[in-house]
Amino acid sequence: MNASLDQVLQHPGIWRGDQLAQTGEDALPTGFAELDELLPGGGWPRGALTEILVEREGIGELRLLLPALARVSEQSGWQAWVAPPHVPYAPALAAAGVKLKQLLVAQPQSAADAWWTAEQALRSGACSAVLAWLSTPDERRMRRLQLGAESGRAWGILFRSASAAQERSLAALRLRLEATADGLAVHILKRRGGHVSKPVLVDLQQTHGVRRARPSVPPLSVVQLPREAARS
Amino acid sequence: MLWLALHFPSLSLEVFSRGSAAAGPLAVSEKLGNRSCVTACNEAASACGIRPGMPVAAAQALAAALIVRARDPVAEQESLAGLAAWAGRFTPAVSLQLPDGLLLEIGSCLSLHRGLDNLLGQVRSGLSEMGYAFTHACAPTPHGAWLLALAGMETAIRASAQLEQMLAALPVRLLAQPQEILASLEMVGAHTLGDCLRLPRAGVARRFGQALLNELDRALGRLPEAREFFMPPPSFERRLELPAQVHEAEALLFAARRLLPELEGFLNLRQAGVQELELICCHEDVPDTVLKLGFVQPTRAVDRMLLLLRETLGRTRLSAPVHTIMLNARHIVPLAASSADMFQDGVEEGDVNLLLERLRIRLGKEAVHGIAPAADHRPEQASRHCEAGDDAASPGNLQRPLWLLPKPLPCQEGQLALKTGPERIESGWWDGRDVARDYYVAQGRNGSRLWVYCDRVSGAWFVHGLFA
Repeated sequence: MNASLDQVLQHPGIWRGDQLAQTGEDALPTGFAELDELLPGGGWPRGALTEILVEREGIGELRLLLPALARVSEQSGWQAWVAPPHVPYAPALAAAGVKLKQLLVAQPQSAADAWWTAEQALRSGACSAVLAWLSTPDERRMRRLQLGAESGRAWGILFRSASAAQERSLAALRLRLEATADGLAVHILKRRGGHVSKPVLVDLQQTHGVRRARPSVPPLSVVQLPREAARS
Repeated sequence: MLWLALHFPSLSLEVFSRGSAAAGPLAVSEKLGNRSCVTACNEAASACGIRPGMPVAAAQALAAALIVRARDPVAEQESLAGLAAWAGRFTPAVSLQLPDGLLLEIGSCLSLHRGLDNLLGQVRSGLSEMGYAFTHACAPTPHGAWLLALAGMETAIRASAQLEQMLAALPVRLLAQPQEILASLEMVGAHTLGDCLRLPRAGVARRFGQALLNELDRALGRLPEAREFFMPPPSFERRLELPAQVHEAEALLFAARRLLPELEGFLNLRQAGVQELELICCHEDVPDTVLKLGFVQPTRAVDRMLLLLRETLGRTRLSAPVHTIMLNARHIVPLAASSADMFQDGVEEGDVNLLLERLRIRLGKEAVHGIAPAADHRPEQASRHCEAGDDAASPGNLQRPLWLLPKPLPCQEGQLALKTGPERIESGWWDGRDVARDYYVAQGRNGSRLWVYCDRVSGAWFVHGLFA
C-alpha cells in the first residue's frame, strides 16, 4: 500500500472493518492479557456500562474484576458496591490489593432505591468503579445508568443472570461467564467494534492466591454431604 | 481606606415579605400618637394608591387584600445583623449603621475580589438572592459614603476633592441632626451641604451646635471617625417569618435560600464550618418539625447545604402548614478556607462526601458504610462495617473468599470435592459466640468454589463463603 494512502487511513475519523472501535475514554486494563486483546481500547471501558452475566455465583465473577479494582484503588479512585447479594469480605479484598479506605457499600431496601443509588454513584464523578446487583431492569433505567456513567466517567458493572443474554441491552460491553474444567470461559456477547464468536479462557489462578497455592493437587477426598459425612 | 455603604430603604417591609416569592399588597404601619399610619408599602400596595403616611384605615379601604403588619424593630435589627454576617464574606471590617444600613471597609480587600466592579456584582447578586433592595455608594470616609448611599447616588469616589464636590450637592435633610436644626437650616436658605459649608464655621457652631459641624467634618474626612465593627455571635440562629403559611417543599426551600447566604457569611467571618444544621419548621398547633442535616465533613458551602436540604425536604412529610422557619447552627467547628487551585480551575473532581450525604438521606445512615478487616479469627468477626473512608490498613488474608454468606447455609445433598484444608478455627469462648470449625475450600459440581466448614460440635456441614 502506498505511503500516502496509509497516512489517510491513520485518520481517527476512518474506521476499518477489521479494527476495534476507538473509544474516546481510556480503558482500564483487566489484568488478563488474553482478555485485554479482545476488548476495545485494551480493557474495561470507562464512562460506560459493562454487563456481566453469570450462570451461577462463585465461579470467579469477582476475581475477574479484582486486578482492575486493585488498579482503581492504586489510582486513589473510589469504588461503590451497590446492593451486593452477600457480604463483601474485607480480608479477601484487602489481600487482593483493594484499598478498603476507598470502598463504599450501599444496601438499599428496595429495587427502586438500588437503581437510584447506582445512578447517583455513577453520576457523581466521585467513584471510578460502581458494581451493582440490580433487579428488574428496563430500558429507561438502563439509559439513565448509561448516561450517569458517561457524565461521571465511571466504570459501571452490572451483574445479571445468564438468562438475560437474549435481552437487548444498552451496555457497551456484555460478557457471559461460564465455568469450565480449564478455567473461566468468557463469552463476549457484545463489544464496540465487531462480534467475537469464540470464548476466551481466563486463568484466574494467576491473580488470586487461593488457587495459586496448589494448582494441580488432586482432591483430598470426596465426601457425600451432608448425612453420610455427619454420621461417619 | 475605601468604604462601601449599603442602605436598605425598605428593610421594615422586607422582614415580612422576603420569605416568599409571591407579593400581595403589604404595608407596614407604625403608631403615631393614637392612630396608626402606613410607614412603608410594597409595589403591589402602591399600585392600589396606598402611600406612606396614610392612615391604616384609609389604606385598607383602598385595597381589600392589603396585609398590614405592625413594624417590628427587633426583626429589623436581627435582619441587619444577618446582613452584617453575610457581608463577612467580603471583608472582616463590617460596621452596622442602625437602623437600616451597613458600612464595609473594602479598600483592603479589593484585590481579593478582583476589583470594585466584581465586588459590587457579588454584593448585588447576593442581596437579590436574599430578597433585599438596597442602594450603595463608595467613598473614602464612612459617613460620606453613607450620605451618598442615602441620597441614592450609586457612585464610587476615591479622591477626597471629588468627595467634597459630590457631598456639596446633597440636601441637608439627609444629615443625622434633630428635625428643628434641619428645619432652621432650610429657613436660613442652606438647602444643601455645600450651603452649610459656605456659612462661617463659628456662626454655625453657635446657632446650630457643634454636632452639625462635626458631622460635616466626619463626612469630609477632616475629623477621624472610629467605627465599631460587627462581631458575629458564637452560634447561628435565625428565624424567618413567612408572609403566608406554606406546606410545599419548594416554598420552604425558597425561604431557606434567603437565610443560607447569611449563614455562609457568618461562617466565613468565624473561619468555621458546620457539620450539623437544623431547619425547624414551626406549625400553628402541632409540635415543630425539626429537619437535621448532617455533613460528612464540616462545610460552609451554600450549594451543598441547599442540595441536601432539597433532598431532605423532598423526603419529609409535614404535619401542618408552616408559618415560620428557623435555621440553627449550634456547633460550629474551625475550618480553614481552601485555596483556589491556580492550574486546575474548572476541572471538577467528584465529591465523595457529597455522594455519601445524599445516599444517607435517602437510604438511611446504616445502609451506607465502608468495610474494614478486624483482628479476629472468627470469619464472621473478621470483617466489620465502618464509616466509609476510614483508614484500616491490613494485609488481608489470601485464604478467604470474596463473598461471605451472612448466615452459613447447610450443605445441600450432593458431592463437593474438597480441595484444600482443613483450616481449624477455634475461638471466641469469651463472648459466647465461640466457634469450633474445620474449614475447607471445596469445588461445587457446577464449577463454583465454595468455602465450607464442618462444625466440630454437631458434625454438620455448612457453606460459609463463595470464592466468586
